[in-house]
Amino acid sequence: MPANTASTASTAKSPTRSPRSRRTARRLAADGGLLVVAAAFVLPLAWVILSSLDTKADLKVKVPDGLTLDNYDAVLTPEITFTPLLNSLLLCGGGTLLTVVCAALAAYPLSRFRSRLNRPFMLTILFATSLPITAIMVPVYALFVQVDLIDTMQGTIFFFAASQLPFAIWLMKNFMDGVPKELEEAAWTDGASSFQSLLRIVLPLMGPGVAVVTVFSFVMMWGNFFVPFMLLLTPEQMPASVSINDFFGNKGTVIYGQLAAFSIIYSTPVILLYVLISRRLGGGFALGGAVKG
Amino acid sequence: MAKTAPGPGAPRPARPPSRRKPTGRALSRALPVSPAVVLLLLFLAGPIGYCAYIAFTDLQLTGQAESSFVGFDNFRKAFGDEAFLNAVWLTLVFTVVSSLIGQNTIGLALASLMQRASKPIRTITGAIVITAWVLPEVVAAFLLYAFFRREGTLNAVLDFLHLPPQNWMYTLPILAVSFANVWRGTAFSMLVYSAALNEIPKEITEAAEVDGAGGWRRMWHITLPMIRRSIGTNLMLNTLQTLSVFGLIWVMTRGGPGNRSQTLPLFMYEQAFQKSMIGYGTAVALLLLVVGSLFSLVYMRLLRTEV
Repeated sequence: MPANTASTASTAKSPTRSPRSRRTARRLAADGGLLVVAAAFVLPLAWVILSSLDTKADLKVKVPDGLTLDNYDAVLTPEITFTPLLNSLLLCGGGTLLTVVCAALAAYPLSRFRSRLNRPFMLTILFATSLPITAIMVPVYALFVQVDLIDTMQGTIFFFAASQLPFAIWLMKNFMDGVPKELEEAAWTDGASSFQSLLRIVLPLMGPGVAVVTVFSFVMMWGNFFVPFMLLLTPEQMPASVSINDFFGNKGTVIYGQLAAFSIIYSTPVILLYVLISRRLGGGFALGGAVKG
Repeated sequence: MAKTAPGPGAPRPARPPSRRKPTGRALSRALPVSPAVVLLLLFLAGPIGYCAYIAFTDLQLTGQAESSFVGFDNFRKAFGDEAFLNAVWLTLVFTVVSSLIGQNTIGLALASLMQRASKPIRTITGAIVITAWVLPEVVAAFLLYAFFRREGTLNAVLDFLHLPPQNWMYTLPILAVSFANVWRGTAFSMLVYSAALNEIPKEITEAAEVDGAGGWRRMWHITLPMIRRSIGTNLMLNTLQTLSVFGLIWVMTRGGPGNRSQTLPLFMYEQAFQKSMIGYGTAVALLLLVVGSLFSLVYMRLLRTEV
């Protein structure tokens, strides 16, 4: 038993080391490892926070001479911040609403009734969740030009909803499967229609699930750059994910402090939504349905 | 190529015909699915089908309405085009470095360190890594642009450590964008692996420890085999996600300098819009879609017992 000898040997070497102190040593090593990774990961984040408060920000992480809110002041104008954020809200709010309503409706029969079409449908949906949507943006553009949906909010909303739907249906159906059918059967006996029982019984019972689908869809759309970049042309309609590019390129010198301030304003909603939802459901919420490895 | 969603449910009786009016019932049950199916057909399956069609034409952006069918010309052209082969190679490097090696390995390392670390440090690290993941793509791209630029943070750190600074975005642009993708995407693997590791019964690892198996041996012989399904699905999803990265690279380098960080999505965009060759660009898109579909099928096989 070479393994056993090895372990006795090591205990013999340090007789004072109790299992407890060994556990402490291991914990300290793990802490050290995590801190190194955390330090590497935090540097870009520290840059954006510090630069947003620094009037003389450049590309390096540094402590500002004096803290100032001038950068925030400068970007909080209708043109730079409010219009793009409002556009983002319209696009992502509209897209999310459409996604959640369609997904809830579609998930209901898939979860409640047996049909030989369920399995092929769910397999197709699963297949579609992992298709690289980036690849079809060029044909989508060409198609949108032909049907006159290019540069329209509604066209972009429709595409957002369609691209998010497979994953939303998949998640929604899994959450719905968790609601016991017995509760509905009572309502059916009282003469409620399927639609009524979906609205009054199933959806309220799977509130957290609906919240997850909603927040996840919204966050995905809020951060998406390529879809509005391709499908919208008029600057006045651009959401924040695309308008942020204006800080760069077009205007010659980049005012990094303002870019940082805008980045923080634009990122805050999704971070808050994530915190809200992950508190309620524990870490890794987004993975619930998709990655049951 | 990609199979589209089945129609709004051909109203076939799903049950033995002993039930009353099965056709009508099947129809009314399929009705709620129809808005989703219509959206998917019009805005997802439609473009994919259209993609498969214009990839075989010489459609151009420059206004002329007529385009003609050119068969496999676009594909023949692609495989003889050095810029295309360059993009294939860079996509491969980008995927292997950032997804297979970076996100996957660092995510697993973080998750297993977190099993032992003290709570405050675990929480702080988790929060930082997840914040990087939740940030909008373009913001993440800006932060890493600032990090890798010649006058950016990385060089400041290297200077502090008395190491020679580099012009990362110029000398190794594909590595800079790969690291950016690692920074942004590792949280996903970390969450997947944390969940998987938590499901391993403590007794098994403890028994191995009593038998004297060291950390690495436990990892290799016990932990990894037990979470292999998570590894499979995680690798598949990371790869698919990485294959379609556009905004991150576009903001950081525009595919440059030259075309030294031009992966397939950026090549597709350049051909279709900057060079106005929609047909050619779409042929590239179709190839990307085919590769993605193959990965997607493997992923479905890994999950096949779940549906």
